[in-house]
Amino acid sequence: MRNLIDILDLSTKEIDTLINTAKDIIEHPAKYSEKCKGKKLATLFFEPSTRTRLSFEAAILELGGNYLGFSETASSSASKGESVGDTAKVVGYYADIIAMRHPKEGAPLVASQKAGIPVINAGDGGHNHPTQTLADLLTIKREKGSFNNLTVGLCGDLKFGRTVHSLILALSRYENVKFVLISPKELKLPEYMKSNVLAKRKIAYEETTSLELSMPKLDILYMTRVQKERFFNEADYIRLKDSYVLTPQKLVNAKADLSIMHPLPRVNEITVEVDNDSRACYFKQVQNGKYMRMALILMLLEVK
Amino acid sequence: MIIDSIQNGIVLDHIKAGKSMDIYQVLNLWQLDCQVAIIKNASSKKRGKKDVIKIDSPIDLQLDVIGYIDPDITISYIRNGKVIEKKHLALPEKVTNVILCSNPRCITSSEQELPHIFKLTDKKNRTYRCIYCESKPKLSDFD
Repeated sequence: MRNLIDILDLSTKEIDTLINTAKDIIEHPAKYSEKCKGKKLATLFFEPSTRTRLSFEAAILELGGNYLGFSETASSSASKGESVGDTAKVVGYYADIIAMRHPKEGAPLVASQKAGIPVINAGDGGHNHPTQTLADLLTIKREKGSFNNLTVGLCGDLKFGRTVHSLILALSRYENVKFVLISPKELKLPEYMKSNVLAKRKIAYEETTSLELSMPKLDILYMTRVQKERFFNEADYIRLKDSYVLTPQKLVNAKADLSIMHPLPRVNEITVEVDNDSRACYFKQVQNGKYMRMALILMLLEVK
Repeated sequence: MIIDSIQNGIVLDHIKAGKSMDIYQVLNLWQLDCQVAIIKNASSKKRGKKDVIKIDSPIDLQLDVIGYIDPDITISYIRNGKVIEKKHLALPEKVTNVILCSNPRCITSSEQELPHIFKLTDKKNRTYRCIYCESKPKLSDFD
């Protein structure tokens, strides 16, 4: 039985398989419309989420299956003090697969040890968010054709941004990928990501505070939101939340084939004027996310 | 200084000078009824100074705990006054409930019954990380 807790649980070959399945779903949706008939996905969301939960629910529905679950801790037995492990074990008797979001880091791993059915990490605190990364990878593949030889700018909250960490882990396995880490000094990429991933794999990276100066060299610009829920101190959040805002003016020196990405939701870090730019890919990511989640559910449920 | 040689028991040798009390505490040696000798700052050819612990009883030791604190320690098992086995330790791949995760965002901070498990992720730098949140332990008493 397989789980997806960390993006590195999947080999590059398996990611290729998922991408190929997702592309086939896009081209032949009818072929997949009953693949999961009779199967149930449990969406256990201990933290509010619109996009990811709806994406999972849409994915299982489009595969002919159904879903059950909760979308906040208050409506789960966790509010009575039940442990994550017990909740997962109980749900394991009702459903065929679990998608779990939890504010605490490592909660989906704990669930996977007890559930008896496959568990997908749908985001655990500031730690990992592997299915967002799958959405990002399909977007990059469709936009760029390859994962090799890319200069990827990551901008905003690189400290708590779980999507950034998972994306770096995933892309660092490909050839000649360079990262430009653009953030205020308080929200820099954690040291362990630099030492254990980038330096260890001899991946070129630079750290900067300037989005404008970095712009001309980027093939991909991945914007992130400064997330209020990751801060213990509201004053720090207020001070840093508007650090980087992408406007059409800042894109003047960007490459013509730049891909602008964002895991969404955005607050104000990309102005709505940028939405009309043909290089904006963030709504395509949403669509790609659903297809990759469909492919992932098929893989973990071992549906042929 | 003369300390009786032991007949049946264990000698923990080549302990980094000053760390013997950490080992005494973490292995709960204070709970034993038998004789336990702690020798601090004994002369050592290899290290200049070392600590030694002699336990006059054949007890079970948590080798992973000792290996985590100091992988250079050697353990000699004594029977009838003779060394019957000598063990050289190594850094354990995993330690359970030896160090505690202090990351307030980690699931272990809210679910008390979960074991605190750390995995060796970088042998060269002796780096351990929490299996749940990947945090490094805060500098502990052992460092």
